[in-house]
Amino acid sequence: MTAVLIAVAALLALAAVFGAVLGFASEKFKVEGDPIVEQIDSLLPQTQCGQCGHPGCRPYAEAIAEGEEHNRCPPGGQDTVVALSDLLGREELTLDDEGAEDANVAKVAYIREDECIGCTKCIQACPVDAIVGAAKLMHTVIVDECTGCDLCVEPCPVDCIDMLEVKPTLQTWGWQRPAGIGERPDSRIEVVNL
Amino acid sequence: MSQAQTNKTRKTRSVFARLTSGIRRPAKIHDFHGGIHPPEMKHLSNGTPITAGPLPQQLILPLNMHIGAPAKPLVAPGDKVLKGQMIAEPIGAVSAAIHAPTSGTVSAIGPRPIQHPSGMDAVCIVIDTDGEDQWIEHQGTIDYTEKSPAELVDLIRHAGIAGMGGAGFPTSIKVNLGDHQRVEQLIINAVECEPYITADDRLMRERAEQIITGIHILQYLLNPRRTLIGIEDNKPEAISAIKRACKGCDIEVRVVPTKYPSGGEKQLIQLLTGKEVASGQLPAQVGVVCQNVGTAYAIKRAVCDGEPLISRVTTLTGDGVSQPGNYEVLLGTPVRDLLAHGNLAGLDIGRLVMGGPMMGFTLHNPGVPVVKTTNCIIAASPEELPEPPPEQPCIRCGSCAEVCPANLLPQQLYWHAKNDDLEKAQHHNLMDCIECGACAYVCPSHIPLVQYYRYAKAEVRQQAADQVKADKARQRFEARQARIEQEQAEKEARRQARLEANRKKKEAGPTAASTVDVAALKQASLDASKAYKAAVKAAKAAEAEGADNLAELKAEADRLKAVADKAKAAVRDAKDGAPVAAAPAEDTVAKLKKQVGDASSAYKAAVKVAKAAEAEGADNVAELKAEADQLKAAADALKAELREAKTNAPASAAPVTQADPVAELKKQVGDASSAYKAAVKTAKQADEDGADNAADLRAEADRLKAVADQLKADLRDAKANAPASPAPVAPTASTAAAAEQPDPVAALKKQVGDASLAYKAAVKAAKQADEDGAGNAADLHSEAGRLKAIADQLKVELRDAKAAAPPTPKAAPATTATTDSPAVPEEQAPQSLAEVDPEQAAKRQKRLKGLKTAYNMAHKQYKEAHAAYERAERNETASADELQAMQGKIDKLKAKADNARDALDALVEEAKADIRAHTGKDLKTLKLEAARAESALADKQQELEQQRSSASEDTLEALSSELQALESETQIARKALKQAVEEQGLAE
Ligand code: SF4
Ligand code: SF4
Ligand code: SF4
Ligand code: SF4
Repeated sequence: MTAVLIAVAALLALAAVFGAVLGFASEKFKVEGDPIVEQIDSLLPQTQCGQCGHPGCRPYAEAIAEGEEHNRCPPGGQDTVVALSDLLGREELTLDDEGAEDANVAKVAYIREDECIGCTKCIQACPVDAIVGAAKLMHTVIVDECTGCDLCVEPCPVDCIDMLEVKPTLQTWGWQRPAGIGERPDSRIEVVNL
Repeated sequence: MSQAQTNKTRKTRSVFARLTSGIRRPAKIHDFHGGIHPPEMKHLSNGTPITAGPLPQQLILPLNMHIGAPAKPLVAPGDKVLKGQMIAEPIGAVSAAIHAPTSGTVSAIGPRPIQHPSGMDAVCIVIDTDGEDQWIEHQGTIDYTEKSPAELVDLIRHAGIAGMGGAGFPTSIKVNLGDHQRVEQLIINAVECEPYITADDRLMRERAEQIITGIHILQYLLNPRRTLIGIEDNKPEAISAIKRACKGCDIEVRVVPTKYPSGGEKQLIQLLTGKEVASGQLPAQVGVVCQNVGTAYAIKRAVCDGEPLISRVTTLTGDGVSQPGNYEVLLGTPVRDLLAHGNLAGLDIGRLVMGGPMMGFTLHNPGVPVVKTTNCIIAASPEELPEPPPEQPCIRCGSCAEVCPANLLPQQLYWHAKNDDLEKAQHHNLMDCIECGACAYVCPSHIPLVQYYRYAKAEVRQQAADQVKADKARQRFEARQARIEQEQAEKEARRQARLEANRKKKEAGPTAASTVDVAALKQASLDASKAYKAAVKAAKAAEAEGADNLAELKAEADRLKAVADKAKAAVRDAKDGAPVAAAPAEDTVAKLKKQVGDASSAYKAAVKVAKAAEAEGADNVAELKAEADQLKAAADALKAELREAKTNAPASAAPVTQADPVAELKKQVGDASSAYKAAVKTAKQADEDGADNAADLRAEADRLKAVADQLKADLRDAKANAPASPAPVAPTASTAAAAEQPDPVAALKKQVGDASLAYKAAVKAAKQADEDGAGNAADLHSEAGRLKAIADQLKVELRDAKAAAPPTPKAAPATTATTDSPAVPEEQAPQSLAEVDPEQAAKRQKRLKGLKTAYNMAHKQYKEAHAAYERAERNETASADELQAMQGKIDKLKAKADNARDALDALVEEAKADIRAHTGKDLKTLKLEAARAESALADKQQELEQQRSSASEDTLEALSSELQALESETQIARKALKQAVEEQGLAE
C-alpha cells in the first residue's frame, strides 16, 4: 500500500515540477505573435481599392478584427476569404463581390494620353499615388505601382482611363498546372518515359 | 526499346558502376542519393568529328541568351557588321555582350520567337549575312599572365561568355569572386550526363589542349587549391585525350560513374568533394567554383585568340536526321537551317527538342535560333520520343523518392503542388528541386511530376512578387494617408492662426477711434461697388432684353463706378489721415444729415403719394398734401439744425484731385484701353484657333478692362473736380440719352435742356462776376444754384417719366412706380419676401449649383469631343466608322449639355416666377429699379461734389439732403433685389 502511495506522491511531485518548468518556459520564451490586425492585413491583397467599404486594406483589417464579415474583399477573391476564415476560425463565407469582375485577372490602369485633359481628378482618386501629371498636362500611370484598383476610372471626366489586362512577359510567365489524371500532359514538357 | 529492357540495362549498369567504382579509381569518388540510368543514345552522334555548321541567310540573336539583364543593342537596322563585332553591350552586373557571328547587315531589331518554353517572342537582332564571313580586326593575348585578373574578367565579360552547360550564367561573375573568397576547388564539369548529348565529348576529344589552356586561365583568375575535371566513365576517348593534354600540370582528372544527373552542379560537387551544398547555398559558399568544359574552351578562344563567343558546338541528333553529329554552329542560326544542314530525313519528326531529353523543352517553331546555351537539338521520330501516356493516380510506390538526386520527397511535393498548397510544398523544399526529371522518369503512373513542380515554383515566385508589390502598395498608401493628414493639419493650423489674428485685431480695434470711421467708410465703399455691380448687371439684363434705355443704364453704371472708386479713395485717405478725421463734431453733423435725409425722403414719399392720389382723383388728396407739408416743415427744421451744426464743425474735406494729374490720367487711360483692346484681340484669336489658354487670355483682358475703367473713372473724377470744367458731364449724357426717348417725354426734355442752359449761363455769369470782383457774385452764385436745382428737379422728373412711360402709360412719377397701389410703402418688397420658405430656397440653390456644374461639365466634354472629332477629320486618322462613333458621342454629349442647360433654365425661371409671385415684380424690374435708384444716387453725389466748390451753403444743404433721401431709396431697392435674388438662389 505504501508503495502505491509513494508512487502516487512521486508522480504528483514530478507533475508539479514539470508543470512549473513548463509554465516558466512558456513565460520566459514567449513568442511575441503578430497582433491580429497585422495578420489580417498581411492576408489582404493591399490593392487599396476601397471596395470593402473602407478607405484601404488596413482599415478593413481593423474592421474585421472588430467583427466585420471577412468576405468583402473582391480583389482578394475566395482564396482570401478562406485564408481569413482559417486565421480567425470563423465560418467560411462566400465572397461578397456583387458582380465584381474576375479577381484573378490582374489589371492595370492605362491613360489614353492624347485624350487626357489634365484635370488631375485621377491623381486625387489614386490611393497609392500611381499616377503622375500636372494640371492641364497629360497624365500617366506608373504601371509598376498601379494596383489595378479601378478607382481612377470613375472620376475621369473624359473617360480616357482603361483598365487593361496585364499580359505575361518572359519574366512573369509560368508553367501551367498539368491537366490532371487521365489527361496527357502538355506536350511542351519533356516527359521521356522511354 | 521496351520498358523491361531499359530497366534491366539500368540495373546491371548501376550494379556494375557501384561494384567497380572503388576498384578503378584511386581518388575517392563519393556518391549522391538517387539518380537514374536512362538509355544513353550517345552513339548516334559521337562517332563523327565536329564540322562547321551552316551559314544561314539570316541570324537571329536574342538580346538575352544568358541569365540576367538583356544586352543593349549597339547597332541599328541597316548597319553593316563584321564577324566578331560587338552588336550589343552588357547592361548591369549580370549580363553579357553579343557579337555578330558573321559579317552582314542588321536587317531588324524586333521580337522573334526565342528559346523559351513559353513560346513567346523577345527582342532579337536579325542579321542578313553576306556570305563573306569577314572578320573584324582582332588580336589575342599570347601570354595572358601579363594581364591582370581584372582585365581578363573584363575581357571575358565583353567577349560575351556565359555558361555553356545549359544555364547561361555570365561567366565573368563566376570568375570574379573577390579576394576574400578562397576557392578550394575549381571543378570543370565534363560529365555530360544527359542522354543524346555528345558536344563536350567531341570537344574534349578534338580540342583538349585548348580546353586545358582555358582551364589554366581560370586557375590564374581564381587561384584554386585544386582543380578537378569530372568526366563520366562512358567517354573513354575524351578521358584519355584530356589526361594527355594535362600531363605535367596540377589538374586532376576524375572519372565518375555514369549516372544521371551527375552533371548537376551540386551532384558533381558532392561526387568529387563529398561536400553538400545546402539548400539555398551557392557552391562558392563551400569554396567550390564549377565551370563547364565548353566555357573553358570559349575563354581560351576569347583570351588567346581574341575571338568573342560567336559559335558553339551543338549536337544535332535523333533519328529524324540522317547525318547526326556535332556541328560548330554560329549563334543565331535558326534550328530550321541546322536541321536542313543535318539532312533532315524527317517528314515525320515526332518532337523537336532543344537541350537534352530530360531537361530540355519541346520547340514548336523551328525558326528558334541556336543560342549560347544550346548544347543539343533532338529531332526525334514519334517512335523515338512518343507522346507521354496519360497521367494516372499516384500509387504511392515511392520510386520517385528513391531516385531524387536532391533528396526530396517528390510524391509529397506532387500532392501539395496539385492542391495548390504552396506553403507545404515549400516546406518540403520545393525550391531545391533541380527539375532533373528523374522522378517523372521512374514514375509508373506517368505523372508529369516536373511540370507540377515548375508550376508550383512559378506560383511561389508569383506570390513573392505579389507580396513585394502589396508591401509597396501598402507603404505608398500609408505615405499618402500621412501626407493628406499632414496637409489637413497644416490647413487647420493656418485657419486657427487666422482666427487668432482676427480676434486680436478686434480686441485692438476699439482703442483707436479712427478704426470705426474707417470701417464705416469701408462699408460705404463696399456699398458703392455693390451698387456699381448691380448697375452693370441691370445694364446687361437690359442689353439682353434689347431695352432702349441701354445707353443710359451704361452711363449710370459708369457713374456708379466712379462713385465706388471715390469711396475707395476716401477709405484710403481716411486710413492715411484717420486720427485727424476723428472729430466728434463730425459725428453730430452726420447724425443730423441722416435725420434730414430721412425727413426729406419721407416728405418726398408723401408728395409722391399725394401726387398719385391727385392723378387718380382721390378725395384724400388735401389730407395727404397737408401731411406732406408737415413733413416738409419737419425736414426744414432739421436742415436748419444741420446748418448750425455745420458752421460749428469744420467743413468736410472735398476730394483733392488737382487739374494737373488729369493729363497724366488721360494718357494712362489711353494706354490701358489700348492694352485692353490688344488683349481682347489676342483672346479672340486664341478662341478661333481653339488654343486652350483662351480663357486665361480673356480673363487677362477683363482685368485690363477693369484697370482701364478704373483709370477712366479716375480721369472723370479728376475732371469733375478740376475747377476749369464745371459743366457736368452727366447731365449732357442723360440729355443725349433722353433725346432718344419717345414723345411724352419730349416736353420735359426740352424743359431740362432749357433749365440746364440757363444754369450754365448763370454759372458763367457768376464766374465772370467773380473774376471781375463784382459785388453781386454771391447773388449770381445762388441764382445759379437755384437754376441747377430746378434743372435737377426736371431731370428727375424726366427720368421718372421715362421709366414710367414704356411699361405703363399711367404717369406714375416715382421710381417705385411699379408698385400696385400708391398707398403701399416701399418696405413692401422685403416684407413679402420674408414669407418665402428659406428651406426650399436653399434646396433650390443647391440644385441650381449642381445643375450648373453638370452643365459646365457636359458642355466641356461636348466641346472636347467636338474638337477631337474635328482633329480626326482633319488628319484623316480615323476611319469612317470611328468618325461615326465619335459623332454619336458628340451628339450624346451635346444632348446631355442641352438637357442640363434646359433644366438649369427651368429652375431659374421657376425661381424668377417665385420672386414675381412674392414681390409682385419680376426680377428684371427689381434689378432695373435698383439700378435706377442707384444711378440717381450717383448723380446726386456727383452733383454735390461739383457744387461744393461753387454753390452756396444752402444749395449744398439741399443737395445733401436730397442725396440722403436718394440713398435710402436706393438702399431699399437694393435690399429688395438682393433679398429676392438670394432667397431664390440666383445669387450666382
Ligand atoms: S492608377 Fe488607377 S487603378 Fe491604378 S492604383 Fe491608381 S487608382 Fe487604382
Ligand atoms: S481624370 Fe482623366 S482627364 Fe483628368 S487628368 Fe486623369 S486621365 Fe486626365
Ligand atoms: S513514383 Fe509516381 S506513383 Fe510512385 S510515389 Fe512517386 S509519384 Fe507516386
Ligand atoms: S525533378 Fe526534382 S523532385 Fe524530381 S527527382 Fe529531380 S530533383 Fe527530385
